[in-house]
Amino acid sequence: MRRIPLSALVGLILTGGFFFVAIFAQLIAPYKMDELVGGVWDPISAAHWLGTDSIGRDLLTRMIYGAQVTIFVATCSTILSFVTGSVLGFLAATAGGWLDQALSRFVDLVMAIPTLILSLVILTAVDVTTLNLILVMGFLDATRVFRLSRAVAVDITVMDYVEAARLRGERQGWIIFSEILPNALSPLVAELGLRFIFAVLFISTLSFLGLGVQPPLADWGGLVKENSAGLVYGIPAALAPAMAIAALAISVNLVADWVLSRTTSLKGGRGA
Amino acid sequence: MPNVLEIKGLRIEATSYPPGEPPRDVVLVDDVSVAVQQGRVLGLIGESGAGKSTIGLSAMAFGRGGVRLTGGQILLNGRDIRSATARDLRSLRGREVTYVAQSAAAAFNPAKRLMQQVIETSLQHNLMTRPEAEARAVDLFRKLGLPNPETFGNRYPHQVSGGQLQRAMTAMALCPKPDLVIFDEPTTALDVTTQIDVLVAIKAAIRDTGVAALYITHDLAVVAQVADDILVLRGGKKVEYGSTDQIINAPREAYTQALVSVRSIEHHEKPEAAPVLSVANVTARYKGTSLDVLKNVTLDLAAGQTLAVVGESGSGKSTLARVITGLLPAAQGRISFAGRKLSPDLASRSKDDLRELQMIYQMADTAMNPRQTVGTIIGRPLEFYFGLKGDAKRARVQELLDEIEMGAGFIDRYPAELSGGQKQRVCIARALAAKPKLIICDEVTSALDPLVADGILKLLLNLQAREGVAYLFITHDLATVRAIADKIAVMYRGQVVRYGGKTDVLTPPFDDYTDLLLSSVPEMQLGWLEQVLDRRKMESAGN
Repeated sequence: MRRIPLSALVGLILTGGFFFVAIFAQLIAPYKMDELVGGVWDPISAAHWLGTDSIGRDLLTRMIYGAQVTIFVATCSTILSFVTGSVLGFLAATAGGWLDQALSRFVDLVMAIPTLILSLVILTAVDVTTLNLILVMGFLDATRVFRLSRAVAVDITVMDYVEAARLRGERQGWIIFSEILPNALSPLVAELGLRFIFAVLFISTLSFLGLGVQPPLADWGGLVKENSAGLVYGIPAALAPAMAIAALAISVNLVADWVLSRTTSLKGGRGA
Repeated sequence: MPNVLEIKGLRIEATSYPPGEPPRDVVLVDDVSVAVQQGRVLGLIGESGAGKSTIGLSAMAFGRGGVRLTGGQILLNGRDIRSATARDLRSLRGREVTYVAQSAAAAFNPAKRLMQQVIETSLQHNLMTRPEAEARAVDLFRKLGLPNPETFGNRYPHQVSGGQLQRAMTAMALCPKPDLVIFDEPTTALDVTTQIDVLVAIKAAIRDTGVAALYITHDLAVVAQVADDILVLRGGKKVEYGSTDQIINAPREAYTQALVSVRSIEHHEKPEAAPVLSVANVTARYKGTSLDVLKNVTLDLAAGQTLAVVGESGSGKSTLARVITGLLPAAQGRISFAGRKLSPDLASRSKDDLRELQMIYQMADTAMNPRQTVGTIIGRPLEFYFGLKGDAKRARVQELLDEIEMGAGFIDRYPAELSGGQKQRVCIARALAAKPKLIICDEVTSALDPLVADGILKLLLNLQAREGVAYLFITHDLATVRAIADKIAVMYRGQVVRYGGKTDVLTPPFDDYTDLLLSSVPEMQLGWLEQVLDRRKMESAGN
């Protein structure tokens, strides 16, 4: 085993920390999520490590619950986008013909409309629930995953071993999962990290715009929105969730970089 | 006569980075000494990995991809250039030494006209003015037998054939009037019928311009036609160094003897028998084109025998394989296999049809999933066709590995951990696992070194004798055909131009194309090239 580089180690520890906090939010948080415990924008104190928010709730508690919401929504939508995107992408690449054309052109159509605008339009039309958020984000992101997995799979389907499997009479599913998937895994794993970050940024943006997670629940983007008015008066409460978003994005990126460099050097055992 | 190039005790090293292990230095070339005089050609020959290209490039003091020239002397016109400065090297590369690469198609810039590229070096070094350089280029085009030498240079690389491009690159190398030219496998990527023209052109150009040359190849029969001296290499070390006459006619080392006598398999044609495969009047075209890639092809292959399909690239050999396997459904005609009519497309064939018709590919590398072990690769057909599982499957895989002479210890390895010959053996085992009646072998030995290829052919013949499997053997290599075939079909532009038993097909009188094809295969004897040329001249005069 090679040593884990410092940057990846930092990324792993931070990412692990964020996920730990998200999973055990109910146990870690010092107060209740929507409990009024102090004045408006109380400064940092021993009782309130990050002060209180715009209506007097403990900011650290809000942040911890915010981590849970943010990471839950981002993880679910990433999983959804990967499952649908990669399965459809592989299917399009192996089946070819009209199925490939139909899927690819549909994806082109969706990608032609800016994701944020499209999701805002959809979310104003439907109820903004967590489930709907996950579905909208997941399916919109799936277009990106579809493009990547189709491109990777197209390179693999022309290999002789895939032809050999076809000549043997293997089913489409077997070809996708046994011949193509293992060889397409390394770029997809790296993409998984990046898509997760984009999902975090996306849910934060939506919440900041008021169409994401609805009160009294709040994710980090929502917390920035709730407390942004304070910035004018020199109150830093909005900076804490903003920095949390940045820290999570960077730490996941560091891990994704490491995974990418590790897996490409093993790619099929070929090359250097 | 002074030596243009003299290499003394050359040692070349590189650093290898095996995954998961600390980097280590490996010696690529160890203690090699050669000398080339003006007007002489030195052939460097060996298998892949023998260090022949590395030595060739060292004559320009160049090491590809981190390769370091660590010891010995490289004397070019009496100067040691091994540790010359980048500035000195720049002034001598392209002026004193030039290089002809294996793949001309990849070496030319597709966006520039040939003339511009051919004279570029001469202009760069201020050796001649543009009109002088162009005149010299036209002269070289003429010497190299290129069509319309005056206007040839106006074409773009994609507008000329592979053989012409290779000759254009030779012109490019000769244009600056170098003292030494390095030819790195210049004919390997060409068809035999094209190879002979390029060989003749190169040989004449070397003679006329009086340069010294290094000729790198893995084909001893080719090098015998052009070289004055030959250095046989193996694993970066000298095996034998001597005159071409001595190496070909009286090799001293066992390895050289093996190279000279390769393809000495004696195989006698089997008697006629009932066909396992008959292809009748098959015509095929690719989707969206109007060109028939196969025209009215009719063939029979008897059970337990070998039908060799020969022809140059583009003759439709591989398309025939695709039609038989059902990857490209035939437009017309019928194919019967084992007494049944085969449906044209893959999807509507029965599992038995699929099982009894197996295929082995040219590139064993890409024919195996790099993420599966040998056990999984060979085990899958057993599981798929016969429902074998667990220990029974593993035992049968081991049996198959024994049949292909690979023994224990390979079953849990990945393809990347096998040598080229071993990979091809695993592919053979995968095909055998299905207990087929027919195996289509698509150029299965052409990517392999001669001695390894020989081993594969022997294995295939043994397996045929034991299992009674028939082979449809697609190849452009006539030496292979002689070694393995019972019947031969010669293909040219999608048609079968000659078809019959091996002896009949290889015995005159020939049709024109078969004659051209057969007479173009280099033979392991001195002066073969001249004999062929004389004979062709006489024939064309006679006509």
